[in-house]
Amino acid sequence: MTAMTTADPGAARVRRRPSRAGARRGRGTPWLYLLPAAAVLVPLFGYPIYMLGLLSFFDYRQAQVSGGEPTRFIGFGNYAALVADERFWAVLAQTVVFAAALVVATLAVGAFLAVVLTRAGRVPRLLLSLAAMAAWAAPAMTGSTVWMFLFDTDLGLVNQVLGIEGFNWFYGKWTAFALVGATVVWHSFPFVMVTLYAGMQAIPASVLEAAALDGASAYQSFRRVVVPILRPLITIVVIQSIIWDFKIFTQIYVMTNGGGIAGQNSVLNVYAYQTAFGSSEYGLGSAIGVVMTLILLAVTLFYIRALRRTGEEL
Amino acid sequence: MKRARLAANTIAILAAVVTIFPIYWMVLSALKPAGEITSLSVRPWTLSPTLEHFRRVLTGENFARYFLNSLGVALTVVVLSALVAFLAAVAVTRFRFRFRTTVLIMFLIAQMVPVEALTIPLFFLVRDLGTAVPAVGLNTLGSLVLVHLAFTLPFAIWMMRGFVAAVPDALEEAAMLDGATRPVILWRIIFPLVAPGLVATSVFSFITAWNDFVFARTFIISAKDNQTLPAALLVFFKPDENDWGGIMAASTLMTIPVLIFFLVVQRRLVAGLAGAVKD
Repeated sequence: MTAMTTADPGAARVRRRPSRAGARRGRGTPWLYLLPAAAVLVPLFGYPIYMLGLLSFFDYRQAQVSGGEPTRFIGFGNYAALVADERFWAVLAQTVVFAAALVVATLAVGAFLAVVLTRAGRVPRLLLSLAAMAAWAAPAMTGSTVWMFLFDTDLGLVNQVLGIEGFNWFYGKWTAFALVGATVVWHSFPFVMVTLYAGMQAIPASVLEAAALDGASAYQSFRRVVVPILRPLITIVVIQSIIWDFKIFTQIYVMTNGGGIAGQNSVLNVYAYQTAFGSSEYGLGSAIGVVMTLILLAVTLFYIRALRRTGEEL
Repeated sequence: MKRARLAANTIAILAAVVTIFPIYWMVLSALKPAGEITSLSVRPWTLSPTLEHFRRVLTGENFARYFLNSLGVALTVVVLSALVAFLAAVAVTRFRFRFRTTVLIMFLIAQMVPVEALTIPLFFLVRDLGTAVPAVGLNTLGSLVLVHLAFTLPFAIWMMRGFVAAVPDALEEAAMLDGATRPVILWRIIFPLVAPGLVATSVFSFITAWNDFVFARTFIISAKDNQTLPAALLVFFKPDENDWGGIMAASTLMTIPVLIFFLVVQRRLVAGLAGAVKD
């Protein structure tokens, strides 16, 4: 899902209103054009979501999958089990904390470097843009392997430079989270940087000149002019980051080998997956998936409201 | 003013170096002889680059096969997704119809669904599908094409919408006055004009399909020949001693196509948008 969270590139420039020419045409045509998309999305996207919800109400484990025992409807049984499960609450809490820390770090780095880009000369700007593009494009999988190697216990560059050979970053819960977090931020700050930089470029120079003429310092004009103008864009970037960081899977799964020692680095997404495919508790895993989907749905509704406020016509 | 510029330049260059360093380190380590990788005094360069890791990875571990598998899946997804997304984007931008906004919001919501959680129902769906249509069952590349197509579409449609909307109505109206039929307008007029946007959209679809780890890991259980790169990479992680040379060579093989693709298209995208249509 790396680059999937980019904002729509043509959004600002183009007109959103459906054409009047279109209104005159046949009524069935748009549905005809939507048919291929529906043929893919209904069975492979809509139906699995429905099934996820359905499975979460059933006792569905290895015995039921292999047909040894009948599938049993247990109502909210799986959810009751989750509420009573201390581990679920612990994972939920650390998912929220981890995602929040990632969002703050990504935004801080991305916004800071976006400001730097506006001040830097042509060549440094190009270099940073290209480097960021490379980090952005790199697959989550290979990003994870390289960072693991850089921080390897004995052979890693970082441990050797710091002179702490033998220190294993993945033993401690928080050092492991910090390392995974750094990898994720490396991967995701370019989106924030590029988007905010584009937004700042779009601010007319005259506005900033006027502020300077009125005696505003660089910091004041940033705080009182640039930030307010960019507020809608910042909202979008924040919410995109929340959605993205809440769903982190590959980095945790690969770097901590499926959730860390005794699952200490599990986040909801990994926990759901491990519950289903690791412990063969498919019903319970589905219930965790439903909880996650509902949380993300709430965030998305905020997102849609934010989009509307920026004047994007749906 | 000058001091500020100098500070900004320094920070920008520093940030660029830090950001690119992991990628440099990956390629460098892939080229280092095994002795230098396991050495306890590591150096940020090598004087005797070697292709031994690449050779071992490509022949010994069958990575050439996995590379082609990944490429085949990703390219199939790109082509199908582009066509389907183009048609859907035309529908939601060029027509007014009931539920248009509802459809759009559904595409948006679909992008936030945690696809990893959907592996649970999809695993059973693909398993059952496989008994009816063996080509898309578990352990097949076809199953990966299907799910990636589904998960790239919502974003692809969302992105294509912007490009289709940028094509002026006047062109279509003129063509219609000249008696062009709807398919002609669709494929001869709109399609060529949104081609640059289609390319940009395709990159994102390609990257999603190419990078996927969770579905490959879940669906390809026993058919080793049908693995794709991300899942196959895990082969090199061993409980006692990780084969870092192999891991870095395999990671390089996996990263380079995406990097090239991304950089090439980045330029084409800008050029395409600038010179697209003169109204």
